[in-house]
Amino acid sequence: MDPFIAALAIFILAVFVGFEVITKVPPTLHTPLMSGSNAISGITIVGALIAAGEKATTATTILGVIALVFATINVVGGFLVTHRMLRMFRRKD
Amino acid sequence: MNTLINLGYLVAAALFIFGLKGLGHPRTAVRGNLLGAVGMLLAVLLTLLDRHIISYEWILIGLAIGTAFGVILAVKVQMTQMPQLVALFNGFGGGASVLVAGAAIIVAVLHSRVPSTQMTVSTATSGLIGAVTFWGSLVAFAKLQGIISSRPAKIPVHQLWNVLLLLVSLGLGVLVVLQPSAVAWYWLLVAASSVLGVLMVMPIGGADMPVVISLLNSLSGLAAASTGFVLNNSVLIIAGALVGASGLILTSLMCKAMNRPLSNVLFGGVGATTIEAGDIYAGKVKSTSPEEVAMLLDGVQRVVIVPGYGMAVAQAQYAVRDLANLLESRGVEVLFGIHPVAGRMPGHMNVLLAEANVPYDKLKTMEQINPVLEQTDVAIVIGANDTVNPAAREENSGPLAGMPIIAVDKARTVIVIKRSLSPGFAGVPNPLFAADNTLMLFGDGKQMVVEVTEALQTG
Repeated sequence: MDPFIAALAIFILAVFVGFEVITKVPPTLHTPLMSGSNAISGITIVGALIAAGEKATTATTILGVIALVFATINVVGGFLVTHRMLRMFRRKD
Repeated sequence: MNTLINLGYLVAAALFIFGLKGLGHPRTAVRGNLLGAVGMLLAVLLTLLDRHIISYEWILIGLAIGTAFGVILAVKVQMTQMPQLVALFNGFGGGASVLVAGAAIIVAVLHSRVPSTQMTVSTATSGLIGAVTFWGSLVAFAKLQGIISSRPAKIPVHQLWNVLLLLVSLGLGVLVVLQPSAVAWYWLLVAASSVLGVLMVMPIGGADMPVVISLLNSLSGLAAASTGFVLNNSVLIIAGALVGASGLILTSLMCKAMNRPLSNVLFGGVGATTIEAGDIYAGKVKSTSPEEVAMLLDGVQRVVIVPGYGMAVAQAQYAVRDLANLLESRGVEVLFGIHPVAGRMPGHMNVLLAEANVPYDKLKTMEQINPVLEQTDVAIVIGANDTVNPAAREENSGPLAGMPIIAVDKARTVIVIKRSLSPGFAGVPNPLFAADNTLMLFGDGKQMVVEVTEALQTG
């Protein structure tokens, strides 16, 4: 299969999985859902790591390091603040 | 080795899906979030093994700086400020995508490879979506944080500029595809899309923020997915698609909760004008005191509290919790009715009340609470306005027409805690304030709730 079509198939299937999984999240958890999924979108960190470490040119290293800082804030801050929020949700005891 | 890394990436992607699934219930949500974090850690560790990486010094510096800022932001933020923090994080995600795609195209050209069409098209897409996300999110952050006014701000022929900038961005995108070796096209594309991002969010006012934040959330995911196409990396594609879908669902839920199509939220400029109240309030508004409210609450069976953004502004969630606990200790059933767009992001009120230790099973959705309100003795509205405006049911036009509301007017008595009769974000007068069964308790939200609680204790 054409690699582009394969990648596109992965994308489309993942969108469907996303719809299925996320429709089931109750409104009370919508804020943590947003901050948690936001942290997941920080996956660009993978690309940032390569750009920052491959030493292609000075320009790409600079771009990579800035991207890495952005993505790391996104990932670390996102998961941490989601954790902080979720720990506050409790049932009636 | 490469195959092993790619297999590992798939495991990370699976962990993201399990993680999001865990967020489906408060009991499993903490574990879900942790699974997501483990997936991310796995993806990072695998990437560090990538043969393209030859130097680790800058990586360590970048990771250290990012981690420090991330931890500080996550630990210091107040729950009331969550919308602006999420906006900021969204922006960083989008910004990272722009820079990664920019670096990737430089590297491809450098190795004098002819970049594939997949790569050039997705680079242009990453630049466009990422830049709109980054700047749009920064504007949303500035509005929510109060750095700039949260009122809608428009320039002459605003929509025309948006269309023009989008066309320019798309045109530059075509040039990126045709001449990938001319890197300047990419950065011009990023510049045009940046202006578009700013102009897109500027005319959107405070109460429409839940829609905008959801949309930017979706875009940050799509930017990541697009960067995945640039790098041909499945974990980016999958994770980005999941987040894109998630943001899209929330966007559509928020739009439904306001009965306005997305285009109206983005381009309608609601909140810029105020309709004169005329004589709908004249002589009909009844003011009350904390003592009177305390007497009213004595001996009732069910109380429903309906919070809005005003509760967050007044930081009244703890005071509200104290009042609810006191009432419950006297055998009153206390429930909370939460409108989907109450606050500045989806679920904003729920997080604030969870922070104040209100159990989540007391927080009811609009659909759950509306049938209950007809058998409710007292409904207390604190800091909400448009979401309880009965005019939404009757009006055929205007910003609130057809918006589903929390039907507090069906309760036997309604107490509205509010500073004045000023209209809500939609700029529409609220006939609820003049209704026969409504009493207005004028004052600061927190102060008034505290005084009612004290009057109940002594009375």
